Amino acid sequence: MEIAFNEEHEELRRSVRRFLEDRSDEQAVRRTMDTEQGYEEDVWKQMAQQMGLQGLIVPAEHGGAGLGAIEMMVVMEEMGRALLCAPYLSTAVLAASALNEAGSEDAKKNLLPGIADGSTIATVALVDEGAGWSLDDVTMQATASGDGFTLSGRKTYVLDGHTANVILVVAKTGDDVGLFRVDAGAAGLSTEALPTLDQTRKLANVTLANTPATRVSASGDQTEALARSLALTLVAIAAEQVGGAQWCLDTSTQYAKERLQFGRPIGSFQAIKHRCADMLVSVEFSKSAAYNAGFTAAAGENGLAEAVHMAKSYCSEAYFKAAGDTIQIHGGMGFTWEHPAHLYFKRAKSSSLLFGGPLQHREKLADIVGIS
Amino acid sequence: MAKTMSEEELRQRTQALLAEAHPDKVDRVTFRGTQFDHGLAWVHFPEGHGGLGLTPNLQAIVNDEIRKNAQTFYNDLELNPIGIGMGGPVVLTYASEEWKKRLLRPMFTGEEVWCQLFSEPSAGSDVAGLSSRAVRDGDEWVVNGQKVWTTLAHISKWGMLVTRTNPDVPKHKGLSYFLLDMEADGVEVRPLYQITGEAEFNEIFLTDVRIPHDRMFGDEGNGWQVAITTLMNERSALGGGSGHRKAGPTATLQALWNDRDKTSGSAAADAILRDRVTQIHIEAELLRITGLRAKAATKAGANPGPEGSVGKLAQSEIYKRSWETCLDVIGHESLLFEEGYELRRPAAEGRSPTQLAKYQFLRSRANSIEGGTSEVMRNILGERVLGLPGEPRVDKAVAWKDIPRSA
Repeated sequence: MEIAFNEEHEELRRSVRRFLEDRSDEQAVRRTMDTEQGYEEDVWKQMAQQMGLQGLIVPAEHGGAGLGAIEMMVVMEEMGRALLCAPYLSTAVLAASALNEAGSEDAKKNLLPGIADGSTIATVALVDEGAGWSLDDVTMQATASGDGFTLSGRKTYVLDGHTANVILVVAKTGDDVGLFRVDAGAAGLSTEALPTLDQTRKLANVTLANTPATRVSASGDQTEALARSLALTLVAIAAEQVGGAQWCLDTSTQYAKERLQFGRPIGSFQAIKHRCADMLVSVEFSKSAAYNAGFTAAAGENGLAEAVHMAKSYCSEAYFKAAGDTIQIHGGMGFTWEHPAHLYFKRAKSSSLLFGGPLQHREKLADIVGIS
Repeated sequence: MAKTMSEEELRQRTQALLAEAHPDKVDRVTFRGTQFDHGLAWVHFPEGHGGLGLTPNLQAIVNDEIRKNAQTFYNDLELNPIGIGMGGPVVLTYASEEWKKRLLRPMFTGEEVWCQLFSEPSAGSDVAGLSSRAVRDGDEWVVNGQKVWTTLAHISKWGMLVTRTNPDVPKHKGLSYFLLDMEADGVEVRPLYQITGEAEFNEIFLTDVRIPHDRMFGDEGNGWQVAITTLMNERSALGGGSGHRKAGPTATLQALWNDRDKTSGSAAADAILRDRVTQIHIEAELLRITGLRAKAATKAGANPGPEGSVGKLAQSEIYKRSWETCLDVIGHESLLFEEGYELRRPAAEGRSPTQLAKYQFLRSRANSIEGGTSEVMRNILGERVLGLPGEPRVDKAVAWKDIPRSA
């Protein structure tokens, strides 16, 4: 397996970057993060209709581009760089891949076209209140009722749960893990936006009380299929972290060249220069980690779980360190509300803990590679 | 302009070499000498100097053909690393025809080992500030001074010497480059014992050593440029990590971890140490993958990106941390250093993983110093890759003799 992007990948990167520079500049980010909704409808529509981004990994037969992990990584890296405020991770990555991997043919036919054309905002509700991010931690039971099921209980830390038209709830029938569709407005469903550390990414509580639900996964236990979808989501987050970390490196380097103190650019002081050099090393290692995971996923090669745990743990810590160092290099300016460094700092910490923190991922990695 | 030659013809020429002298049947000097005479030593060197005037990448075909047809294969880097790795290109670029004839063949056969005399006690990272002096005396130069960290000097015939010929100009401009006969009068080689008790390196004392003028490579005062040619061939040999998964210090670390005494210590300590071992595993893997990315980018013909520059810095820091962690995993037995500190030359000794870890724990401290300190590497990354401004230089426009320096 060779880790190298081709010309189409680079062209995709350039066009997404151009689009985001235009539609998701700092002003747009600040305007949007301040709303409860957390995205701008016209931008979302353009992303789907002009750029085809929501349908990136949706198969062509369901109205998407039918692309894979590498292209998704390229797009997420750019979104991470721009801090795009949109329900993209939830809809186009998490929900789309859950349907791709675990969905029944009917469910794919019903839901994927809406995701691809931007009319559906979808998410996956995974975490039971008080439980962890692993599929093994899920305890919510789906109760058979007539033709369908009902769900009761609370899911928390649900990405964009308050704006989603479709919530795909991970729940069990007996010991089998499955995926259950709940539509916005369903009886007994209430959603509540949470006050998030990172304002650019919205999270919600989803409370269910005898809420009617349709099973959208194939029958039988879907743990393995859903694990593949979560792995792809982790690849996406790692790529997003690479993009954010690269922004930190570029911004810090630029500032270090321009800011004069003691009669010279602060980047000429080794204290600053070496911090930047170390950041460069960790950004390059982050790329190696994320790209390795993405190319492994795209090639369908063994070792995806290993690559993903490595990427999520390394990229999380590298991004957070880079974001913290960016504040430090900018001095007092970096601590102000006016400077964007704090937006990246908050995104870095929050994305580090989303879907399990570095320690949890390293523990799983150790199990897999035989550090017993 | 490099000539072209088909792979088939090059393989045929290699077969002709093997027919005349086969490495499994004749001694090393005979085989390597014949290889040189056939122009198959360095195919990119000119004809008559061990080459055929081809492009360097074609050497791999010659080596492949030899490997396929013989049990014996001589590795350049084991035979004469400084000579073949750095001396050859310098001789080819700067020496007279006569000296090329005299030097290259025995360099390639390993009959004459080479060493490099750059660093001095007062000039480490700042090599251009070195203090040894050469003074012209008729057709000769008389050299006095001290060199340090000289690998292989104790078995070398030739040394590549950079020394100061003019102290009245700024430091980079007053250096000249000489070919030094290590057997000449006034050259004294002493072992330099290091942190492990071994002497991999030497210190060299030069007392009124006379070097004929025609052994100067490049022009008088041009020694720094010649030295750069030499050093460019050095750093490319370092860094990039082990090419193999499950090799290198992290493999030893994991083996030690899995073999540890699981009956002692607390669960909490165990969990913390396990996380450290896992972190190191990740970084070693990423070092390896970053090397592969750099290779893929080079292959694709792209300009080498930052992924090619971070290896040396990252590797030395990861290696140090790996070996340190080994000692924590070994636990209180790390209080002992079984092989002892007898002052000696290094021998290729078989060490158990535990002993290897303890030895490397000490040896690896040099990883972030030799071949460019981590601080110098960070400057290079900061200035050449990120484009940050350099430090203001207080020694740039000043005559060397007026620059403050350590004794």
